[in-house]
Amino acid sequence: MTNHTLAAGTVERRLRAHRDAGRGLLMPYITGGITSGWTDYLRAFAAAGADAIEVGLPFSDPTLDGVTIQQAGETALARGASTRRILTDLSGMPDLGVPLVISTYYNLVLHDGPEEFCAALRRAGVDGLIVPDLPVHEADELTDVAAAAGIELVLLASPATPQPRLAEISCRSRGFVYAVSLMGTTGERAALAASAAELTERIRRVSDRPVLLGFGISTPEQAREARRHADGVVVGAAVMRRVLDGDGPDDLRAFLATLRQALDQECDRPR
Amino acid sequence: MRDMSPWREPVPPDGTMGEPRARGRFGEYGGRYAPESLVEACREVDEAFREAWADPGFRGALARLLAVHAGRPTPLTPARRLSEALGVQLYLKREDLTHTGSHKINNVLGQALLATRMGRRRLIAETGAGQHGVATATAAALLGLEATVFMGERDIERQALNVFRMRMLGAEVVPVTTGSRTLKDATSEAMRHWVGATGDSHYCIGSVVGPDPYPWMVREFQRIIGDEARAQCAAELRTGVPDYVVACVGGGSNAAGTFAGFADTPARLVGVEAEGGAGAARGRLGVLHGCRSLFLQDDDGQITQAHSIAAGLDYPGVGPEHAHLRDLGRARYVTVTDDEAVGAAVRLARTEGIVPALESAHALAWVISAAGGGDLPAGSTVLMTLSGRGDKDVSTLKELL
Repeated sequence: MTNHTLAAGTVERRLRAHRDAGRGLLMPYITGGITSGWTDYLRAFAAAGADAIEVGLPFSDPTLDGVTIQQAGETALARGASTRRILTDLSGMPDLGVPLVISTYYNLVLHDGPEEFCAALRRAGVDGLIVPDLPVHEADELTDVAAAAGIELVLLASPATPQPRLAEISCRSRGFVYAVSLMGTTGERAALAASAAELTERIRRVSDRPVLLGFGISTPEQAREARRHADGVVVGAAVMRRVLDGDGPDDLRAFLATLRQALDQECDRPR
Repeated sequence: MRDMSPWREPVPPDGTMGEPRARGRFGEYGGRYAPESLVEACREVDEAFREAWADPGFRGALARLLAVHAGRPTPLTPARRLSEALGVQLYLKREDLTHTGSHKINNVLGQALLATRMGRRRLIAETGAGQHGVATATAAALLGLEATVFMGERDIERQALNVFRMRMLGAEVVPVTTGSRTLKDATSEAMRHWVGATGDSHYCIGSVVGPDPYPWMVREFQRIIGDEARAQCAAELRTGVPDYVVACVGGGSNAAGTFAGFADTPARLVGVEAEGGAGAARGRLGVLHGCRSLFLQDDDGQITQAHSIAAGLDYPGVGPEHAHLRDLGRARYVTVTDDEAVGAAVRLARTEGIVPALESAHALAWVISAAGGGDLPAGSTVLMTLSGRGDKDVSTLKELL
């Protein structure tokens, strides 16, 4: 475990430290370029107590996203959002004190080439990277390049992942393990899927890396429930629906504060 | 020709269209770039297909379905009047004469039979023009499966007749309202749907695209076109093997199936793309819908919308094996315009009494324009796959002619 901690990058060190301090981890998501002053949302997320922030680079064909994130991506692209512009916006921000994790589809990584893409992320002050259509068996091309650039490549685990593969994913993931709570796309759901607990439990058996549950976590109740199994949550569609409905940074700050509170209440859960 | 990748001779050793290399690779293309939630499902399809394809029982059952339900083998028709006018010997492989009117049925019957073998109860499919959707609905009805077909809202408007056919066959047609509301968005939506339905459903991809094993599996199910044509050419042609083998390419399934029958011969292979959907001729390296291949993209890496009068060629990419054959120089990829395709369709109708699908008319348009020149010298023997019949395009043609 000590080896992990020593080798860990900013994201993992931060998440481990917060987890070990008993804090439930919160990583809100925003689609880059969604509004003209979109980086104001990042400040609001940080102020609301985010432990990391996920910034999506919109892609024309988001095959793993549900309607909300799809709509957010289309809106951002229609506004002229691109990898370059979003990273330029991020470069211009003062340090928020919260690690930034980019998420996008692999075509955008390949377009610039993995080396150039990771270097550009680094220059923009980004710490981590999530590529949902780059499964572990195809990731060789990116893992070493990302590591060399100081970018932590986060891998996803799914309820359908067999146990030996889960061990490989947990071992090769950097920053944290992104546990996809259910067999479906991103988007709000009425309740936390039963598969979330089982998957988290299976990851715990093979790794002590922080585990964040994502997909379908949209309410304080669900965050509290997720916290009983995992180290924290990723909240995407619930944030983006509000942004698409016109909520400003202050509204999102208030919403995330309710999640922060729910996660804090559940800090002495059974492990 | 506006675009033409070169041939290389002799036939490169990796250009004979066998099994893909490890991890579903055709050269640097292919692979299984699927979300983690679909990786296990892809592995199951791969395992089931390998087992079935090695099983004479499965092969026999499929051959029988293809014979008694789809009407195979399809004839090889010499295009006598057109040949005379063009100065080449043109033979047409008549996939337009299959049940449901296009080569799509070959792949769908294979995958539907595989799905039943895997214990799946439902087929999921994407469709553009509706030919693959109709074929899927047909196979589902035949084998007692359910079918859910995703179709872009814009294509639903353009192809009302095929939507009705699918529904009459008992399929559920789901309109896709996101993105450009055409084939690429229908494909994305079908993949999203599959993520939540892997337990009881098989995703029946309609072309040689998608995550491994689909590009290989669909080519194998389509290679009956090439295998039959090879035997028919051996019996009909003085030379035994045609000098040129030509097929249209959208994702590239009829071309892949045709080329597979001739990859180990000296025949020159030509894939004809739509000017506005030239993934092989003009695409850039990328990853979409589960595979690494060539895709039309803008300067920011966003996939751009293809435009073709033939809805079946309206896909912004090309199957990974075609990208590989292009790199090897084993096959050559060329483009023709909408107008050339329409002109070719009319010419075939009036010289041979065959109204081709506008997709297939692209292949013919290249033969017509190249015949007698350096790319297709006078006196050559040409096998062209006529992938589908033109009934579905009659209303489009009516507005133009």
